[in-house]
Amino acid sequence: MTTPRSLAFIQFDIGLDLFPLIAGTLAAVGCGLLGNFLVLRRLSLMGDAISHSVLPGLVIAFLIASTRSPLVMFLGAAIAGVATVVLVELVKKLGRVEPGAAMGVVFSILFALGVLLIERAAVRHVDLDADCVLHGQLETLAWYGAPDTLAGLLQWSSFDAVPRQVITLAIMVVLAFAFVGALFKELRIAAFDPALATTQGFNATSMHYLLMIFVAAATVASFEVVGSILVIAMLVCPAATARLMTDRLPSQIAWSVVISLACGVGGYLGATAIPAVFEKDAVNAAGSMAMVAGGLLALAMIASPKHGVITRMLRRRRLAIRVATDDLLAALYRAEEAGRTGLPRDRLGALLIGQPLPLAITRATRSALVTDDRGVIRLTRSGSVAARDLVRRHRLWEHYLVDEGGFAPDHVHAPAETLEHLPTQPPGGPSRDPHGRPIP
Amino acid sequence: MQRVGTQDAHSGGGQGGLGGASLADVTDDLPSIGQVVETMAFRAGFNTNMVIAGTTLLGLAAGVIGVFALLRKRSLMTDALSHATLPGIALAFLAAGWLGFEGRTLPVLLLGATVTGVIGVLCIQAILRFSRLHEDAAIGIVLSVFFGAGIVGLSYIQANAAAGSAGLNKFIYGQAATMQPPDVMLMGAIALAGIVATLLFLKEFALVCFNDAFAKVDGWPVGIIDLVMMGLVVIVTVAGLQAVGLILVVAMLIIPAVAARFWTERLWLLVVIAGVIGGSSGYLGSVVSALLPRKPAGAVIVLSSGAIFIISLVAAPARGVIASTVRRLRLRFRIAGDHLLERAHELASPALDRSEVDRLSDVRGWSRPFRSLLLASLRKRRLIERGVRGAVTVSQAGLDRGARVARNHALWEQYLVAYADIAPSHVDWSVDQVEHVLSDQLVRDLERQLAARGITIPGERPERQAAPA
Repeated sequence: MTTPRSLAFIQFDIGLDLFPLIAGTLAAVGCGLLGNFLVLRRLSLMGDAISHSVLPGLVIAFLIASTRSPLVMFLGAAIAGVATVVLVELVKKLGRVEPGAAMGVVFSILFALGVLLIERAAVRHVDLDADCVLHGQLETLAWYGAPDTLAGLLQWSSFDAVPRQVITLAIMVVLAFAFVGALFKELRIAAFDPALATTQGFNATSMHYLLMIFVAAATVASFEVVGSILVIAMLVCPAATARLMTDRLPSQIAWSVVISLACGVGGYLGATAIPAVFEKDAVNAAGSMAMVAGGLLALAMIASPKHGVITRMLRRRRLAIRVATDDLLAALYRAEEAGRTGLPRDRLGALLIGQPLPLAITRATRSALVTDDRGVIRLTRSGSVAARDLVRRHRLWEHYLVDEGGFAPDHVHAPAETLEHLPTQPPGGPSRDPHGRPIP
Repeated sequence: MQRVGTQDAHSGGGQGGLGGASLADVTDDLPSIGQVVETMAFRAGFNTNMVIAGTTLLGLAAGVIGVFALLRKRSLMTDALSHATLPGIALAFLAAGWLGFEGRTLPVLLLGATVTGVIGVLCIQAILRFSRLHEDAAIGIVLSVFFGAGIVGLSYIQANAAAGSAGLNKFIYGQAATMQPPDVMLMGAIALAGIVATLLFLKEFALVCFNDAFAKVDGWPVGIIDLVMMGLVVIVTVAGLQAVGLILVVAMLIIPAVAARFWTERLWLLVVIAGVIGGSSGYLGSVVSALLPRKPAGAVIVLSSGAIFIISLVAAPARGVIASTVRRLRLRFRIAGDHLLERAHELASPALDRSEVDRLSDVRGWSRPFRSLLLASLRKRRLIERGVRGAVTVSQAGLDRGARVARNHALWEQYLVAYADIAPSHVDWSVDQVEHVLSDQLVRDLERQLAARGITIPGERPERQAAPA
C-alpha cells in the first residue's frame, strides 16, 4: 500500500515515521559516542546501572517539584546518575564488596525504589510509567498533518512541528559531541591511564564524574523516547563493535558513530518495514535497534578484518603453514648433514607431528624450495640456501641461550625451535653450537 | 503503542496504565491491624497463603544459591541471564500458539525462558573467548540485545497475536499477588529442589569457589560442579520470574549474599544467614504485596533485603563499617601509643617534655585532638602519668612496653636483613608497621631463626633476664 506521501520503495510515512526515526537515531548516536569511554574504562555496566537508577531520580524530582519540565527531570536524573556512581564506590570501599556485586546491589535497590515511588507519582495523573521507561514511546512522536511533498518538508514552518523530545535529543547529541571534542585529549588519557592523567595535572576522578553526568544526561534525554534498553544497548554495543574494527581511538569513535547511525536507521526501518512485508503491525523500534546492534556486533566478531574470528583463524593457519615449511626445510637439511639426500613423505610425517605437512610441501614446492620425486622430498638449490639459514639461526640461538641466557645445553632445543622462526637474527659469532655441531 | 491497558486495577505489577486512572483506583486502602496479623499468620485464604509460602521459599533458595554466584563473581552475569529470558518467553508463547496448544501455561513459558537464558550465558562466554572485549562489555551486550529482542517479541505478540496474549508483561516486573496455586506450586518446588541440591553439594561448591585449581588437581570434576552451580542459578532465576520479575530477580540472588557476607567469615554460616535474609525479605515482600495489592512484590522484596543490607553494611560485628572503623582506630591508637613509649625507651628517660611530644606529633602526623585522645588512653591504661605543662612521664609498665616494641623492631629488622635480603637502609619503614603486631610465638620463632645465624638481640627474653641495652 503506498500513500501519496510515501517517500520511496519501502513504506515510509513522513507523518508517522519521520520524527520517531530521527529521535531514535539521535539517541543511538549520542549514547554510542559516549559509550566509547565507558567500554574502554571497563565501565559498560555503569551505563546499565545508571539507566536503571535514573528512574527513582526522575520520580523523586517529579514528586518534589510537581512538574515535568525537562530541566527538573534532567536535574533529578543527573543527580541520581552521580549518586549511583558514588554509592557504588562507597559500597565497594566501605563494605569491601566485589565491584560487580556492589553495582548490582545499588542499582537494583534504587530501581526497586523507583518502581514503588512511581505508584505515588501515578496518583497525580502523570504518564510516568515503568513500561515506558523500559521501551520508550517512539510512537507518540507522530506528526499530524505532515506535508505531502519534499518541498513542503523543507520549509521553515516545518520546524514548528518538531516535537520537544527531538529538540532535546538534538541538543544532547550536540553537547555530547562538543564534550568529546573539547576534552578529547583528557578523556583519552583518563581512559587509558588514569594515573598518568593525574600526574599530568588534571583530575581523572573529576573527568570520570563529568563523563558519568553526561551519560546520565544522555540516558534521561533518550529514554523518554526510546527507553532504557536502547540506552544500555547503545552505550555498549557500538563502542564494542568499533573496538573490534580498529585499534585507534579516533577511528574507533568514528566507527561507533557510523554503527549507531546504522542501528538507529536500520532498527527503525526493520521494525516497521519487515512486519509490513508479512502484513503484520510494526514491532517495538527501540528493541529492534538493540537487535541490529547485536547483529552488527556478531558480524564484527566473526568477520572484522582486524580482530574477527575468521581473520584470526586464517592468520593462525598461515603461521602454522609457514612454521611447518621452515621445519620441513630444516629436517631435510639435517638429513643431508647426516648423509641422506631427501626424505620420504612418511618419514617427514613422523618428524613433523601435528603440523600441516601436505600444505607445507605444496607451498615449498610452489616456491621451488623442494622437489617431490614420487613421495621423496628433496631440497632444491634455493631450498638448500633457505634451510641452511634456518639451521644456522637455530644453532646460533642455542649458543646464545647457553652463553648468555644461562640455560643448560640440554634445555635449549625447544626454545630455539620457536625462536628460529622469528625474523630477528640472533647475534652471530661462534662456529659450533653447544652440542658441537657446526653452525653453517 | 498502547502496550498495557490489559491488566486489571489490582495487577500490582507497577506498570499501571496510568493515563486514565482516577484517584480512587490508585490510592491504597490501608489494611486493618487484624488483616495484617491474619496475612502474616497464614490465615488470609488459600491463594494468599500459597503465594506467601512460595515467595518465602523462593527467597530462601535465591539467598542460598546467590552465595555461590557471589563467590564465583557472577553477580552481574546473573543479571544478563535474567534479562535474556525475555525473548524465550515470547518465543515459547508464539511457538506454542503455532503448534496449537495453550501458550500461556507457565511450564511452557519457563522452558523457553530457560533456553534463551542459557543461550545468553553461553553468548557471554563466546564473546569472552572469541573477541578481545572484557566481561563488563560482554554482559552489557547480552543483557541489552536479548532484552531488546524480547521487547520486540512482546510488542509483536501484543500487536499481532490472537487473544490471550496479555499478561506476558508480568514477567518484567513480576506479579506475586495474582499468581495461581499451580504456578506457585511449581515455583515452590523448583525453589525447594534448589535448596536441597545446594545443601547436598555444599562441600563441592565450597571447594570450587575457594580453590578450583586445587579441586582440579585433587580429581574433582570442576567443570561439572561449576555447571551445576550455574544451573541452580538459572533455575532459581527462572522460577522467580513470575513473582518478582526479570529486572529485580537478580537482586534476590545478590543482595542477601552480599549482606550476609558482613556477618561472618564461615561459608556454612554465610549460606544460612543469606538464606534467612532472602527468606524473610521474600516473606515480607509477599505479605505487603498481599495487603496492598498495588505494591509490586518484587520491589518490596528488594527494598526489604536492601534495608537488611544497609543495616549489615553499617552495623554487622564481623565486617560492618562501625566494627571495622572501631577496630582500625583501636589499632591506630595502639600503634601511636607504642611509638610514644618506644621513644621514651630510646631516650632512656621516663620523662618526655612538651617539645619532645610536639616533635613526635610532627613526625608521626598526629593531629592535636588525636594526640590528646592518645594521651588520655595511655593514662587510662596506666602506661603514662600526666606531667606538668604538657610533658608526660612514662610509667614502669610503659617503659617495659617500649622496650619490648623496640626489641621487636630490632628482631624483625635483623630477620629481614638476614633472611629476606633487604638492604639495611630499606627496612625501617616496613618494620615500623610490623613491630606492633608480632605475637609472642612469632617473637620466639624470630629469636630461634636469628640465633641459627648467630645473631642475638639483647633485651627482654621471654624469661625476662637481661635489662635492655
